[in-house]
Amino acid sequence: MWNNTHSRQRNRNSLWQYANPSLFMTVSDRILPYLVVLTCCSLAVGVSWGLIFTPDDYQHGPNVKIMFLHVPAALMAINGWLMMLAASLIWLVRRHHVSALAAKAAAPVGFTLTLVALATGAIWGKPAWGTYWVWDPRLTSFLILALFYVGYIGLWKALDESDQAADLTSILCIVGSVFALLSRYAVLFWSQGLHQGSTLSLDRETHIDNAFYYPLVVCIAGFVLLFVTLVVLGTRHEIRLRRLEAIRARRS
Amino acid sequence: MLALFRRDCELALKSGSNSGLALAFLLLLVVITAIAIGPDPEQLQILAPAVIWVGVLLSSLLSLEKIFRQDHEDGILEALMTSPLPPEGIAVAKACAHWVTTGLPLAVIAPVPAFLLNYSASSSLWLVLSLVVGTPALSFVGTFNAALTLRVRRGGLLLSILVLPMCVPTLIFGVQAIQVPVATQSYDVAIVYLTGLTLVSAATMPFATAAALRASVE
Repeated sequence: MWNNTHSRQRNRNSLWQYANPSLFMTVSDRILPYLVVLTCCSLAVGVSWGLIFTPDDYQHGPNVKIMFLHVPAALMAINGWLMMLAASLIWLVRRHHVSALAAKAAAPVGFTLTLVALATGAIWGKPAWGTYWVWDPRLTSFLILALFYVGYIGLWKALDESDQAADLTSILCIVGSVFALLSRYAVLFWSQGLHQGSTLSLDRETHIDNAFYYPLVVCIAGFVLLFVTLVVLGTRHEIRLRRLEAIRARRS
Repeated sequence: MLALFRRDCELALKSGSNSGLALAFLLLLVVITAIAIGPDPEQLQILAPAVIWVGVLLSSLLSLEKIFRQDHEDGILEALMTSPLPPEGIAVAKACAHWVTTGLPLAVIAPVPAFLLNYSASSSLWLVLSLVVGTPALSFVGTFNAALTLRVRRGGLLLSILVLPMCVPTLIFGVQAIQVPVATQSYDVAIVYLTGLTLVSAATMPFATAAALRASVE
């Protein structure tokens, strides 16, 4: 407590100032409308561009268009876990409550996106591979990722004391990341799989035509924005719940 | 640390429930599965490695919850946390005791259910070896998750939900290691990986367990 003003001054011009819950609330309150509008616009543009205004693939016909949902969802399912990992580390090292609550808020979003990726993948798999589900390494590791999300959410739900819950879930998130990665490579050991290799990479070795590439990028941007918006909303919700509890505790 | 290890082993043996229950559960599970699959010896032989590993995994789950629960309720765990022994030491002692009272007996008895499943008798030694090498990883991972769910009331179900996905790598390499006739080229590789997993969990999990213990026990 004694160095509160000092640390506040030191934090004034750094990113860490947003770890202050009330500052986070004011800033996110101001940003949120723009975020929502941007998310809606990019999703509307990306999805309609992808689904309606792209040509059919010569091999897969219109089926290929499900990738405009599948690829961004899968991407954000993994990045969601990475974001939780980063937030957990920040909580363990710097004890910022916003960070722990953001990790908590991200988990259901990431889990839903994992399910979306699995479901759209299954719908794509039926016409393309002739089966909804195979125990292919990529599919299996995604299923395992979904299980890790379930465990993480379950642990949050089961614990009531909030700082302790944040500690324990953060530890779980870190250890879980290691094991999710291990499983990713362990399943490679038992089969080579049907799923194609990754199409998009940062150095952009193109396996994909520009007609598909640009709407896909817009879709990915839309999903990233959607994830951020939902996590910010969820974090605000958690902060308000926490405040409510504090008020209740004071009154009783 | 040694004293704690010895005490835990003795407690588990005296109450008689841990090891005996796990062994009985493994046998029962194998019998039930065999009945479900049917009497075809060839099919049983193909499925034997998977059934045995899943059985061992589930049997070692049974006693996980007890690792810290009793001590926590008695207040012994809090006393241990304030003792000069670091929490990492508690974690190692608890995991080792769990393995000695659960994993090791399961590995030793495994040829019996394997025999029931028509698994070739000549590779029984190999089966025991793979289980001895692989099950410590389960104990270390399990101890960590037991520490995580220490504060959860009736945490048994949550504990299994948390442990099972973390056992996937061990399960994969364990089953590959004892799949004898088909994949002869990969089973020695699998057992190397299995050993690696055990060593890595033994080296890292105690620290995670200790962190969880520090967070759980105020």
